[in-house]
Amino acid sequence: MEAVTLDRAAATDALVSVRDLTVRFVSKEATVHAVNGVSFDLAAGEVLVILGESGSGKSVSLRALMRLLPARKTVIEGDIRVAGQDVLAMAPRALEDFRGGVVSMIFQEPMTALDPVFTIGTQIAETIIRHEGISRAEADRRALELLELVQVPSAKRRLGNYPHELSGGLRQRAMIAIALACRPKLLLADEPTTALDATVQIQILLLLRKLQQELGMGVIFVTHDLGVAGEIADRVAVMYAGRFVESGMVEEVMKRPLHPYTQGLMGSTVHAGLRGVRLAAIPGAPPDLARLPPGCAFAPRCAYAEEACRAAVPAEKRPVPEHMARCIRIAA
Amino acid sequence: MAIDTASAPRDRGGPAQPLLIVRGLKRYFPIKGGLLNRAAGTVQAVDGIGFSVMKGETLGIVGESGCGKSTTARLLMRLMEPDAGEVIFDGEPVGPGGMSLREMRRQIQMVFQDSYASLNPRLPIEDTIAFAPTVHGVPKAKARAKARELLAAVGLAPDQFARRYPHELSGGQRQRVNIARALALEPRVIVLDEPVSALDKSVEAQVLNLLIDLKQQFGLTYIFISHDLNVVQFISDRVLVMYLGQVAEIGPVESIYGAPRHPYTQALLASRPSMDPARRMTEPPLTGDPPNPINPPSGCRFRTRCAFAEDVCAAVVPTLAGAGSHDPHLAACHMQVPGSGHSRAAARAA
Repeated sequence: MEAVTLDRAAATDALVSVRDLTVRFVSKEATVHAVNGVSFDLAAGEVLVILGESGSGKSVSLRALMRLLPARKTVIEGDIRVAGQDVLAMAPRALEDFRGGVVSMIFQEPMTALDPVFTIGTQIAETIIRHEGISRAEADRRALELLELVQVPSAKRRLGNYPHELSGGLRQRAMIAIALACRPKLLLADEPTTALDATVQIQILLLLRKLQQELGMGVIFVTHDLGVAGEIADRVAVMYAGRFVESGMVEEVMKRPLHPYTQGLMGSTVHAGLRGVRLAAIPGAPPDLARLPPGCAFAPRCAYAEEACRAAVPAEKRPVPEHMARCIRIAA
Repeated sequence: MAIDTASAPRDRGGPAQPLLIVRGLKRYFPIKGGLLNRAAGTVQAVDGIGFSVMKGETLGIVGESGCGKSTTARLLMRLMEPDAGEVIFDGEPVGPGGMSLREMRRQIQMVFQDSYASLNPRLPIEDTIAFAPTVHGVPKAKARAKARELLAAVGLAPDQFARRYPHELSGGQRQRVNIARALALEPRVIVLDEPVSALDKSVEAQVLNLLIDLKQQFGLTYIFISHDLNVVQFISDRVLVMYLGQVAEIGPVESIYGAPRHPYTQALLASRPSMDPARRMTEPPLTGDPPNPINPPSGCRFRTRCAFAEDVCAAVVPTLAGAGSHDPHLAACHMQVPGSGHSRAAARAA
């Protein structure tokens, strides 16, 4: 992989800088600790894939970056900076400009993200007009360009289509076009290929990778699929019970996973050549985020757990520069 | 009718008799629309599907959404009436004059993707598992005892779990309950429709291991439906690839995955993301989405997305054919048949 700069010295002017992010959902019955101290940097033009199972806090972290979580029930703490702006301190008006202008997001279900009563063309054009204040004719012209950019066949005709008239793959392309309408510096992708068929999924993945390289966007891509990380990531972070338990360059993490959870995830992922072999499944199930165990949250399922694991959350260790894992078994 | 099958011979036709033969299964759904609610078209959901399942094997069915794999399962179970086709269970046709539906459903059980929707939320799981045997005439106490045995068999400690309700269980645990429920009538075949698709990866592996163990323990035959090519490869002995309501290719798992013959199977397999960042894909194997099953293309249904399509593909519907009369690996592609009129067919025959 060339053309990817990962100069940590430049981390101070990183595109995204997150420090000690915690997100809690508070209700009368319980407090759910969805994100519990996440810190990371993302350089401009870099692709970070956050891997995790359901309830690991990966989507909540992503939504916190855009402050898309319901304000009244959510307590967000820590520090989030995107393109030099303090996201958690933003006033409502600034937040509106920020969303779609600097950062935009694509979702798993394009049907719920698109407005069913407006045509695709209108929805793209409206986005541009709202942010850049250009004329409708100019916005329509840009909308056509965008649909061509995301490789929608016969784009001109598709501009007049409503979302329900499009296939799943085309809808996902239309949503990407809207997200890219104002040339964001950062694209957040929440499992955008999970609901798609295999032959369409790879098309959308390759399209996102191509657009990311052409436009030089930073991308944070949330998924449960190791294969997606293998195809698109520069860096990978593995999330468990609201914490990054491991992160590093994709080759490093996929080839030499350090954390027992990452190792377990790789061992339990079915891939070619495993026929007749018993899968090395991780026992048990992920913890309840309303009742997190003290210490390492993976300890109850971990074959190597000992007393010290349950005492305190393991510190970040870096046996190799750029490769972090939170496990007491790692030296250094 | 009691279900104490210890005395009754379970196997009738012998080991060489396929446990299940499906022939010409067909189901069209009319689409109503317009002012007078007249039929505006038909979805050809399943169009002439045929296959057989040998005793003790696992047949995997793969295909993309809308290809008709779930409809096939529902037609097989008669949860939906087929427009045409027949099902033969261990040599006995299902339907009037043959095996009754009630008996067939005792022999073939099903597990669905949505583990929550397929359990009664107001029954403790023990009662859910015991429900069907009680309906079939087993005394309540006996059915309960059996339910507890089955809970243990699927890895849920009966003392801890028997009285719980579905909402008190995780997705993986609920799917274990669904499997135990399917086993309660001592069926010979279990149709698993995307049984692990809604589960997390770490839990998926647990359930797959369990399914393999249970198959051994209870001498089961599986039909395993999934969109996940890796999972199907892992669990199946033979694989059936569906495209727009028809069989594109069927054969032993090694040759389907090792030497796929249908261009669709080839593209489907090539679409799997690699786990190796050093070997990333550069071009997608296929462009576009699967076409709408309302008006499928003439001839070969895959031809609109196929790189090798020629005139013959639009004119003639390809039939399933192998390399010889005893070839277990069949593909519905003109390129496989010498003399079909496809330019690549002649080259292959030579």
